[in-house]
Amino acid sequence: MAKQKGITVEGVVVEALPNAMFRVELDNGHKVLAHISGKMRMHYIKILPGDRVTVEVSPYDWSRGRITYRYK
Amino acid sequence: MINIRTDAEVELIRDSGRLVAGALDLAGELVRPGIETAELDREIEEYIVGNGASPEFKGFHGYPAAICASVNEEVVHGIPGARVLKEGDIIGVDVGVRKEGYVADGARTFSIGSIDEDTQRLVRVTKRALDRAISLVREGVHLSDISHAVQEVAEGAGFSIVRELAGHGVGTELHEPPEIPNYGDPGRGPKLLAGMVLAIEPMVNAGLPGVNTLADNWTVVTVDGKLSAHFEHTLAVTARGADILTQ
Repeated sequence: MAKQKGITVEGVVVEALPNAMFRVELDNGHKVLAHISGKMRMHYIKILPGDRVTVEVSPYDWSRGRITYRYK
Repeated sequence: MINIRTDAEVELIRDSGRLVAGALDLAGELVRPGIETAELDREIEEYIVGNGASPEFKGFHGYPAAICASVNEEVVHGIPGARVLKEGDIIGVDVGVRKEGYVADGARTFSIGSIDEDTQRLVRVTKRALDRAISLVREGVHLSDISHAVQEVAEGAGFSIVRELAGHGVGTELHEPPEIPNYGDPGRGPKLLAGMVLAIEPMVNAGLPGVNTLADNWTVVTVDGKLSAHFEHTLAVTARGADILTQ
């Protein structure tokens, strides 16, 4: 059975949570709990509520994601 | 982390793989005009369970059946049901078996009765893409060399590669790292090591590469409604080449 690859979607950060987790509302209305990609942590890219971000979501679990880009 | 399996583990996966091959042989005997895809599912589940194993797809992220039966424009993950096969159709049958805790995964595309020349070519090229990829597998080659080979064969023949779905590692879980796309530049990604067990599965479309997922959340179809073919083997990487476990 083929594996569904991750889907990249955009959204807006609505809430900052402990442990570098964020609640992100996606453009399609889904709310996901997202962590920051390791590369973004390495470069100390800060994320605040209201920021527009790119999130990678597993098609098998739409409740969690991974933030891969923060728009300026 | 890509799992490295011991020889004993590879043999256990081969035991499951033999049942995958047996189930696909059975599918090949059963497919004919007039049969419902649900009947294939019933027969294959019975075969798997009768051999002391379990159909790995059933319940996987809530998947409702033992096999995927993907007809014509359905790329993969077609849920078996009331769809009746007719002369000239092609059907991709995908089966996963778990025995003694180890999993193997394989698929073949069958033709129903006689199919036209273009369709035959699509099926032949997809099979050739898998064979070519397998011929390259050996300890030390890059994962993306495999991906690239599939893309070259399929696109070289004028067909297109589905990008939203990929092959995968397999062993104690159906989907394990790494992800194995069917396209990409060569020379990238991790190098293969002996003991890695991979499920390589080209999905090749006759028309555009794009796909949609139907409202059942599973069935993947081509955007343009044209045909798609799919072949898959589970294999173990060795120093000398690939050891195909689903045959």
